[in-house]
Amino acid sequence: MSTLTIQNVKSDYQGQVILKGLNLTLEQGEIVALLGPSGCGKTTLLRAIAGLQAISEGSIAINGQSLSADGVFVPSENRGIGMIFQDYALFPHLTVSDNILFGVKDLTAKERSERLEDMLQLVKLEGLGKRYPHELSGGQQQRVSIARALAYQPELLLLDEPFSNIDSQVRSEMMLEIRQILKQRNVSAVFVTHSKDEAFVFADKLALFKEGGIVQHGLAEELYAEPIERYVAEFLGEGNYLTVTVKSPTQVSSVLGLIESTKTLNLALNSQGELLLRPQQIDLQPASQGHGEIVERRFLGTICHYWVKVGLQTLEVRSQLTALKLGQKVNLSISAHPLVIF
Amino acid sequence: MILGLTRSWSLAGYAIAVILILPLFALLVQATFPDEAVFSHLIDTVLPTYISNSLLLMLQVCLGSLVIAVPAAWLVARCDFPARRYFQWALLLPLAMPAYIVAYVYTDMLDYAGPVQRMLRQVFGWTSPQDYYFPDIRTLTGAAIMLSLVLFPYIYLLARTAFMEQSSSLLHASRIMGCSPWQSFWRLGLPMARPALAVGMALVAMETAADFATVSYFAVPTLTTAVYDTWLGYGSLSAAAKLSAIMLLVIFAMVGFERFARRKQELFQKQSRLTESDRYHLKGVKAWVSFSYCSLLIVLAFLLPFMVLAGYAIDYFDESWNSRFWQYSFNSLYIAAVVSFICVVLALLMMFIRRVSPRKSDILPSRLSSTGYAIPGTVLAIGVLVPLTYLDFAINDVYDYFDARGPGLLFTGSVFALIFAFCVRFVAISIGSIENSYKRISPSLDMASITMGQKPRQLLWRVHLPLLRKGIFAGALLVFIESMKELPAALLLRPIGFENLATHVFQFVSDEQLEHGALAAIVIVIVGLIPLIYLNRSLEQES
Repeated sequence: MSTLTIQNVKSDYQGQVILKGLNLTLEQGEIVALLGPSGCGKTTLLRAIAGLQAISEGSIAINGQSLSADGVFVPSENRGIGMIFQDYALFPHLTVSDNILFGVKDLTAKERSERLEDMLQLVKLEGLGKRYPHELSGGQQQRVSIARALAYQPELLLLDEPFSNIDSQVRSEMMLEIRQILKQRNVSAVFVTHSKDEAFVFADKLALFKEGGIVQHGLAEELYAEPIERYVAEFLGEGNYLTVTVKSPTQVSSVLGLIESTKTLNLALNSQGELLLRPQQIDLQPASQGHGEIVERRFLGTICHYWVKVGLQTLEVRSQLTALKLGQKVNLSISAHPLVIF
Repeated sequence: MILGLTRSWSLAGYAIAVILILPLFALLVQATFPDEAVFSHLIDTVLPTYISNSLLLMLQVCLGSLVIAVPAAWLVARCDFPARRYFQWALLLPLAMPAYIVAYVYTDMLDYAGPVQRMLRQVFGWTSPQDYYFPDIRTLTGAAIMLSLVLFPYIYLLARTAFMEQSSSLLHASRIMGCSPWQSFWRLGLPMARPALAVGMALVAMETAADFATVSYFAVPTLTTAVYDTWLGYGSLSAAAKLSAIMLLVIFAMVGFERFARRKQELFQKQSRLTESDRYHLKGVKAWVSFSYCSLLIVLAFLLPFMVLAGYAIDYFDESWNSRFWQYSFNSLYIAAVVSFICVVLALLMMFIRRVSPRKSDILPSRLSSTGYAIPGTVLAIGVLVPLTYLDFAINDVYDYFDARGPGLLFTGSVFALIFAFCVRFVAISIGSIENSYKRISPSLDMASITMGQKPRQLLWRVHLPLLRKGIFAGALLVFIESMKELPAALLLRPIGFENLATHVFQFVSDEQLEHGALAAIVIVIVGLIPLIYLNRSLEQES
């Protein structure tokens, strides 16, 4: 049984449709990222799950128990959900310990102190229980908010852009650390972000949002390698689009010659389409008679990003050959892979 | 926002608001009742004078305060001269002075028998009033000057902030384009501060309209004194209500004007702040003149009256320091404490509902309840009397019906009416204070709390209450102080034989014997200084 089941959820606010019929399921222990640009409705969905936002249609259930549906509305305080906020929402008038134990109910004093110790240990804040939130660093505050949300053992954890206030230098380290904590406790989590890099690092699966709907949902690698539409491809990384003609179920022709697909193409012969090529899927070989010419370059350390003019088109290419100069003639080739054609 | 918030919370909010605006509503209803020709008699005789006096007084006080306040605000905000930092807050001191006390002190000083005229007669050898001309202070203009002296800080405060928040790059631009300090004041500073000045003038006009004691002491009849006299003199509640309705018309026009001006004000105030080096550093004569001007204001509006009061208080200490003084002080404290407690509780409830309710209309209770603050004490007192009198009569009628002896005037005959009126008038202060504190609490704290299984009442108790502590305290303190100072409502609503410090002082002012009430007056002034400490702190943070 899925931990979280969202079916055909719609929501509108002041006559404006924010969510238009969403479906999403989450397995026990899975972390899913709701990814998308700002204003696409991902935070609205998160709040709807928490019971902080009303939905106009559809249903939300946790472990088979309906929370929001026709005629059913379980108030937030009875949903048993943990939530982590962008600003952490630590209570400034309470100590770290009191913050962590805020939502813990029905335990004896001994059990409470055990729970507290367990949580402090989990987030590596032993000995800081007596401090107040303002006496902690941003990362420590973040960890207190994790401990607080996990202390009452919620069925589901919701995270609303939790890393946007963390320094970029320590962000990915922080993300891995918290991911480990969640995995260690087998916590199911829904995570909202607008950054694909955060989603890649933190989540098991991605649900990519576009204007109040989920365009594609699945493993990060799947979405990256097999986007179902151009919006998905572009959101998850840079790409070139090459006009191609289908020559056989596994072959297309282009200005770069014939390109092989390792997957059968579901397209009619001689039909035209736009082939997605990620910059690292194009190989460069310097050649004095090459059909491409380097017109711009940006050195990135171990690799170099080139802009290569081929005919009327300029392609972006990432190559480990970092010494190619402007004006250098090159040959471009594409090794066989599952082609993505729109 | 709590989606599942039960309707009973909203109902509670509305119930509070209905009770708090009942006087206003009752007043307007009562104003439509017939009044045995008292009102038409007033229209035929004195009402035109009352109205013109009120309007003239408002106009004169506004202009007077403006002329006094703007130079002071400009000097303090834009220039540097000796003791500027002290003037910054000292110019607020006059706010603590009740205008009628200032009026009394100056009348005493400038009267025929007062020290000033005595000295003039001695120096010039005059012997009778026919020998020389000396302006009479007990006139409308005299009252306007007295009121300007204590009300100008409203305009000063707003103008000062406006001058300070005018973008420094504009100032730099004007200087680079060759404007002298004078030119940049006339062409830039003043026009940009216009909305702030308008807000200040609206506040001053409202305070002037509400003033009862000064004009009553000077025997200048205005709408406010007319309301008072119509009720106590003719005993006609309907006529008093009609006069009050006219007052309300004027007041709400002012409120509307103030709101409008405030909206404009936001347009003109930008982020980039003045720095120390942007000030004109005044030297020599200029510095001396600036210093003298600010000093003179403080001396005339605060120090001199205060010293005179202190002198009286010391001279008559043995007579004043008696059990009656203690009784009146206790009455003041007791009323103020009860009122501030009630106001804070009601404000907290309404603001909590407004914050967490998913229903948009739940913003109304706190909005509606805040209108009480604009209503002058005299008018409000009539408004409170209308429903309470009705209630008292109804209760006694019920007793009569059963041939039992009625309980008498349960509400109008006790401090209940007084406390009710004060709550209506001052709940806006506690609402404002709590509203400000609420703005500083992140909404995610609410969401965190409820997702962790807390009920609304636990959210209020465990999270909001501790975090609102300061705002609640400040609100309670300000209500407390205003309740100690409020005079006209207390005069009209006090039970027979009941006196507090304010009515006690005013009694002596009316009897031309302030000497005997000076000790109580000093207490009122000192209590009034407390909120200035708060203001001063926020001024310090600004600069």
